[in-house]
Amino acid sequence: MTALIDTLSWVLLTLGGLSVLIGGIGALRMPDLYTRMHAASVTDSMGAILVLVGIMLQAGWSLATIKLIAILLFLLLTSPTSSYALASAALLAGTRPYAEAQQDEEETT
Amino acid sequence: MIVIFGLFLLTLLVITAIAIVRTNNLFVAVMLMGIASLLIAANFFLLDAADVALTEAAVGAGISTVLFLSALALTSERERAKSSNRLLSFTVVAAAALIIIYATFDKPRFGDPEAPVQTHVAPWYLEKTPEYIDIPNVVTAVLGSFRGYDTLGEVFVVFTAGIGVLFLLGGGVAAGSLPQEKINEGLRHHLIPRVVGRVLIPFILLFGLYVQFHGEYGPGGGFQAGAIIAASVILFALLEGEKRALSVVPERALLGLIACGPLLYGGVGLAGIVLGGNFLDYSVLSSDPVKGQQLGILLIEAGVGLSVTGVLLAIFHAFAARGR
Repeated sequence: MTALIDTLSWVLLTLGGLSVLIGGIGALRMPDLYTRMHAASVTDSMGAILVLVGIMLQAGWSLATIKLIAILLFLLLTSPTSSYALASAALLAGTRPYAEAQQDEEETT
Repeated sequence: MIVIFGLFLLTLLVITAIAIVRTNNLFVAVMLMGIASLLIAANFFLLDAADVALTEAAVGAGISTVLFLSALALTSERERAKSSNRLLSFTVVAAAALIIIYATFDKPRFGDPEAPVQTHVAPWYLEKTPEYIDIPNVVTAVLGSFRGYDTLGEVFVVFTAGIGVLFLLGGGVAAGSLPQEKINEGLRHHLIPRVVGRVLIPFILLFGLYVQFHGEYGPGGGFQAGAIIAASVILFALLEGEKRALSVVPERALLGLIACGPLLYGGVGLAGIVLGGNFLDYSVLSSDPVKGQQLGILLIEAGVGLSVTGVLLAIFHAFAARGR
């Protein structure tokens, strides 16, 4: 049983680490702020969920698991909100989405 | 393993520091400083210094970023063009760095059990805390009781810094001119942050109180709790606007909070003298010396928490009022 839980936990942790890596690569490679945020959100959502659930399996039924659940809930509430606030602030400040800016450029040329 | 993690974090820290120096966009520099604080906090935690890590994360990465941003709102976002005297500054920095590097040769090896820090007073604290104070967190015992004078000094530093900033920025929020009503409203028209903020603020406050009163059993205490509670009120101010935040915690209450910390701390110290002990000797506060010590630590931590909350909020409001 412990071997099963360990394997499951390591699979989750690895997948979570992979999500964070993909998010990081995306944040570096994407062309503008909105697409970068889209890539980085992989870190916030899948990365956080997989890593935290992986650690929860390691912790077993204990106070640590309850704390991890609280952290997960906090992250699931706050990271979409901060993404929303960031994107909305960027839009208000006049940053245009990449595709739209490209289209305008084509029309002017 | 810890050494590898530590080296990794320290490398990232050096990269962040270089990036802070190299950027001339101050907004980017502030964000990088927040990241640097978080990296240091992670490193502290790696070295089992949970109390310091919590302080660094709450104050360095949290509150000071917000304060820097509100200071930036008053100035320009770009650094002024570089001064011509770069050679002189480079020489000074290089000389200082060389001296520091030379000094590190005298430092004991990482984790050396024979190091002075492990053999001087630390064993005594570890041995005597259960006997004298009987609380599990030795850090709080050292900070609150054994080293009560130092912490009293720190509270007065926070107090002095607070009144200094308030003097410089024209007495806090007294300037009643708030022409730009739109900024003053905060994010009231943005539904999502508002709803989520409303859900979270009570829990942040509750966590702040937990950190405050759990300081004797786990990492935490007045400094961290003050920063967390101030953060929740600042979040409220950002979401609902300055005016409503000030109606929740008015300016007079803030000034009271700032004064309350040193008064409560000093008062506990004087109570020790009145009851026949030494200054900041909590043992005489109760018939049982151990209970007296615990009561004293609880009271002075409360004083620290109140003072830190008041100072941070007053500084935030002072910056915000100045921006209008």
